[in-house]
Amino acid sequence: MKEPSTIKDEVEFWRWREYHRVVQGKKWTSKDIITAGVDVGSVSSKAAIMINGEAYSWGITRTGSNSPESAKKALDWALEGTGLKLSDFKYIVGTGYGRVNVPMANKAVTEIACHAKGANYIWGPSVRTVLDVGGQDIKAIRSDETGRVVSFLMNDKCAAGTGRGMEVFADLLKIPIEEIGEISLKVDQEPPPVSCTCVAFAKTEAMGLFRKGWSKEKVLAAYTRAMAVRMANLIDRVGLEKELVITGGQSKNIGIASRIEVILGVKCLPMPNWRENGLDPMIAGALGAALFAKALYEKAQKS
Amino acid sequence: MRHIITHYGYSDGSGDYYITIDTDKCNGCGKCVKQCPQSALQLETMLIDLEDKTAASVTEEHRKKIKYTCSSCKPESSNAPCVLACEPKAIKCTWNPH
Repeated sequence: MKEPSTIKDEVEFWRWREYHRVVQGKKWTSKDIITAGVDVGSVSSKAAIMINGEAYSWGITRTGSNSPESAKKALDWALEGTGLKLSDFKYIVGTGYGRVNVPMANKAVTEIACHAKGANYIWGPSVRTVLDVGGQDIKAIRSDETGRVVSFLMNDKCAAGTGRGMEVFADLLKIPIEEIGEISLKVDQEPPPVSCTCVAFAKTEAMGLFRKGWSKEKVLAAYTRAMAVRMANLIDRVGLEKELVITGGQSKNIGIASRIEVILGVKCLPMPNWRENGLDPMIAGALGAALFAKALYEKAQKS
Repeated sequence: MRHIITHYGYSDGSGDYYITIDTDKCNGCGKCVKQCPQSALQLETMLIDLEDKTAASVTEEHRKKIKYTCSSCKPESSNAPCVLACEPKAIKCTWNPH
């Protein structure tokens, strides 16, 4: 049966790539400590599998209306092509917004602890400040050289300046979400930021700017700038210490990262090449959860 | 002692509003929870250095509207009931309306 063409032609500009990956050249045996971290966020669900505390595979998918199902979908995807099954896991930790609703998890750990731990794993012990820009909140986390949280601030008042806000803007401007960062940098001169990052108000403000003759790029630059200012303020409040890294979905938005660097006057550690063989900064929380799973399993074995 | 300082709240166009809890100083006694007239505080189990620890936190529901929830206690005076109830002095309020 043919699908109606109207549905096919409709482009969903907000839609980002869901994918899964197995790290090449790694093998597991039943003697290994195999653990998983499942991070159910408000917009995306991530699962990471580790062998003896080293990343082995992961899956990233959109969170549905049901947390347990989203958790299962992410983990099933991480399992695909690994030959592993659920019973091979020694320990599973759930984290994120929906962490209490991860049915296969042995324990739930707050995403703050997991993000700090995961960022330490991805970038190494020099990380001291982690900015996590998720789907519906922004977190600024200070950590020590072991990835332990020292201080954190979560701004979850609304979706202003978060991943979900960017999705709404992508739809409004009809720009695919994965290109939004690059396009926001295509301005000769940085325009002043929009006065309010609130998605609803920013939309109205954007329409006003269009009427004034602003280009798409310029409007997007003004909105991205406002988001970056808001994030920089959060980092200031917990106190910036080098090195700084960005995790979460918006870590992939070059327009955000480069503006934060300008505002704060520091460089972020370079983003791993996640498109090819690097770790994805979106799975920092899931990786941290899988590391906690390993540590908790080992602790249980000792006692 | 290694501290974990948790800031609950937000900055918006009208000012900065935070309840800050030092989770290492907090002994989980729950006196602040009982004293809070708005039921905005709770005891929560957190994993700290692989140990489960019970500490006070601001409830999910109130984190997003703390400016309104806490204003009746006049947190800028540092005499808010939660701050006064806390013997180990683990709770601080930051209240800077512009």
